[in-house]
Amino acid sequence: MTIDAKNLGYDELNKMIKDSADEKFELSNVLGQRYIGAGMSGKEIKITGTPGNALGAYLNGAKIIVHGNAQDAIGDTMNDGAIIVHGNCGDTTGYAMRSGEIYVQGNAGYRVGIHMKSYKELYPIIVIGGKVGDFLGEYQAGGIIVVLGIGEEKCPVGSFCGTGMHGGEMFIRSENAPTGLPKQVSCSEATAEEKEQIRRYVDRFVKHFGNNTEELLQSKFWKLVPNSANPYKQLYVSN
Amino acid sequence: MAVNYKNPLFEVVRNPDRCIKCRVCERQCANEVHKYDADLDKMIANEQNCVDCQRCVCLCPTNALKIRPNENQFRPNGNWSMQLMDEVYKQAGSGGVLLSAMGNPQNYPVYWDKILLNASQVTNPPIDPLREPMETKTFLGKKSQKISYDKDGKAHYEKTPYLELDVPIMFSAMSFGSISKNAHESLARAATALGTYYNTGEGGLHRDFYQYGKNTIVQVASGRFGVFKGYLDAGAAVEIKMGQGAKPGIGGHLPGMKVNEEISRTRMIPMGADAISPAPHHDIYSIEDLRQLVNSLKEATGGEKPIIVKIAAVHNVAAIASGIARSGADIIAIDGFRGGTGAAPTRIRDNVGIPIELALASVDSRLRDEGIRNDVSIVAAGSMRSAADVVKAIALGADAVYIATSALMAMGCHLCRSCNTGKCNWGIATQRADLVKRLNPDIAAERLINLVTAWNHEIKEIMGGMGINSIEALRGNRLMLRGVGLNQKELDILGIMHAGE
Ligand code: SF4
Ligand code: SF4
Repeated sequence: MTIDAKNLGYDELNKMIKDSADEKFELSNVLGQRYIGAGMSGKEIKITGTPGNALGAYLNGAKIIVHGNAQDAIGDTMNDGAIIVHGNCGDTTGYAMRSGEIYVQGNAGYRVGIHMKSYKELYPIIVIGGKVGDFLGEYQAGGIIVVLGIGEEKCPVGSFCGTGMHGGEMFIRSENAPTGLPKQVSCSEATAEEKEQIRRYVDRFVKHFGNNTEELLQSKFWKLVPNSANPYKQLYVSN
Repeated sequence: MAVNYKNPLFEVVRNPDRCIKCRVCERQCANEVHKYDADLDKMIANEQNCVDCQRCVCLCPTNALKIRPNENQFRPNGNWSMQLMDEVYKQAGSGGVLLSAMGNPQNYPVYWDKILLNASQVTNPPIDPLREPMETKTFLGKKSQKISYDKDGKAHYEKTPYLELDVPIMFSAMSFGSISKNAHESLARAATALGTYYNTGEGGLHRDFYQYGKNTIVQVASGRFGVFKGYLDAGAAVEIKMGQGAKPGIGGHLPGMKVNEEISRTRMIPMGADAISPAPHHDIYSIEDLRQLVNSLKEATGGEKPIIVKIAAVHNVAAIASGIARSGADIIAIDGFRGGTGAAPTRIRDNVGIPIELALASVDSRLRDEGIRNDVSIVAAGSMRSAADVVKAIALGADAVYIATSALMAMGCHLCRSCNTGKCNWGIATQRADLVKRLNPDIAAERLINLVTAWNHEIKEIMGGMGINSIEALRGNRLMLRGVGLNQKELDILGIMHAGE
C-alpha cells in the first residue's frame, strides 16, 4: 500500500496502516507525524520524508526504513524488529530498547541507547554511522551499542558516556578513547576477537548504507563495559 | 569509637512459665532473633535483629511472647532523639545512605483526623442503605462534555476510554519484586472478585497473571521493566509513573540479589542484575514530552485504554496536575507523602512531599477553576486508613482512591517497616521461597475482599447518613466536611468551613 502522508495527522496515518491487511507500506511526504508503527509487528514500512518523534515505539517485530532524517525517541521500548535510518536521528534513540536492531547512517543526538536492556535471547543492537551526543548508553543494562564515527576526526561520543551503565557493551571506533568516563565503566581497546563480536552488525550496516566491513573493523575500537552488574551495592544502610 | 553497638529498638519478653521450648519462634523469625540454647535448655533472643513484625508473637502457641520498646534509653534529649542518634551511628559505621520502608512514620499532622463529616437531621432525611439503592459504582476517565444531536434526535458524544469500578477503591501499585508472587496473586484475585483494579507497579506482569488482565492496571515507569506490546495489551489501563509519594524525585532500585529467575523473566532483565528506575523519565522534560508518552501509549494500544499519570504530591502539585490534565491523560493519580514503599532513602521519605489531603483539595479546586475538572478523573493515594478517610477524600474531590498499606495489612503485614531487607516474615515483601509460601493466596484474597467489602458498607452507611445516595453526588461535595482545630489557611486550602460554622 502506498500512502501520500501529506496533510495527514498522525492518528489518521497510523490508523490507515493498522487497519490495512497489507504487509508492505510506502509512505511519502511524511512530515513530522509521530508514533508511526507504534507497537507494530509483521509489517514493513518504507518512509520518505521526516517522521516525527517516537517512530516505532514499542515496536514488536515490524521493519521500518526511513529515507530522510528521523527525530527523537525512535524505537522507544522496542521489543523486536528493525529501524533503518538513511540519515540522522535525534535524542533518546532506542530508549529502554530490549531487542531488535537500529541502524543510523549519520549522527544521533543525546542519550542514545539509554536504559537499553537485554533478557536471554532478547538482545538489542544500535549501530550509529557518525557521531553521537552526550550521555551515550546512560543506564545501559544490556545489548550492544556501536558508534562507527565514520568521517570523524575526534572521538565520536560526547560527554558523560556510560553514566550509570550496569550491563551490555559499547564499541566506539576511534583513534582516541572517550574521556571523562564514570568510575564504574571500564574501557579498553577491543581485541581482534572482540571485534568479531560486532562483525555481523557492521556487515548489516554496510549492506544498508555502503562502506567496507573489513576496513571499518581494521580500525581501532574501544570497548566499554561496566565493572560490575551491581554498581550501587554499597550505597545503602538499612534503617 | 570502634564499638559499633546498636541499641536494640525492641525487647523480646518471654514468659518462662509459659514457654514450652517448642521453637516455633525460632523457625518463624527470618531475622534469626530466637535461638534454642541446648546447654542452657532454654530459648534465647538476639534482640538487635528484631523489627517488631509480631510474627513470633502471633504464632507462639502459649502466648509466651511480647515485643516491647527497649527500656534501655540514651540520655533523654529534646533535640537528639534516640532514633537520630542511632542513625548517626549507623552512617558513621557504614558510610551508607539510610534506607527505609513503608510510609512516612513521622509525627506530621494527619488532616483526615481534623476533618469531620456531616449527617442529615430532620430535613433532607438520611437514607438507609439496607433498604434503598446506594450507588458506589464509579467511572474513571475523561467525561465528555460535548453532546450533539443529529436530525433524528440521536445524541452523539465523544467516546473516551474509561475504567468501571464497583467500589471506589483500587489497589495501588506494588511491583512483583517489591512484594511476593503470592501477594500479587492475592491482589489480582481480590480485585477481580470486587470488580475493581490492582496495579502491577513497575515490575512487569507475571505470566500467570495475564488471566486477571481486565482487572489490572499496567504501569510504565522510567526503567520500562517488562513493558512490551503484550503487556500493554493485557491491562485495562496503563499508568505512567512519574512519581511516588514515599520518594518524590527519586527512582526505584531493586537490588540484584532480589532479581531471581521469576522476577528476571517478568521484568525481562538478567538474573542478579540491579533493576534501576531512575528518578526522571529521560525523555520527559515538559508537559509536551509527557503528552508524547501518553499519545504513544494510546497509539500502541489502539486508543482503547485510559492512560493514568501518577505523580507524588509536591509543593506545586496543582500546577503540575493542570498540565497533566492538558496532556491527554485520562486519569491523574496523586500520591501523598504518607504513601508506602518497598524501599526509599529515609531522608527523602520523611522530609519530601506534602499531605494528600491538601494536595487533593488544591488540585480539585485548580482544575475546577480552570474548567478542566471533567477532562480527567482524580485518584487519591497515600494513606487511606479507613472508610472514613475514603469518604473524606471523595468529598474533597477524588473520584476514587488507591489503597496499598491497608491492603498489605489485610494480608498480614504488621507495619514493621523493614520490607527493604527482603525478609518479610509475613511472606509479603520477600522473594525467599520459604517465606513466600507462608502467604496463602486463597486466604489473603478472601481477607482483601472482606476488607474492601466492609469499607464499602461503611461508605454506604456514611453516605446514607448524609442523605447522599451515590459517589457521584459525594464527589467534591465539601459542604459535607468541617474542620476541627485547623487554622484559616488550612481551611482555605481544604476549601472547607470550621466545625460550628
Ligand atoms: S523480628 Fe518478628 S518474628 Fe523475629 S523476634 Fe522480632 S517480632 Fe518476633
Ligand atoms: S510487608 Fe512485611 S516487611 Fe513490610 S512492613 Fe509489612 S510485615 Fe514488615
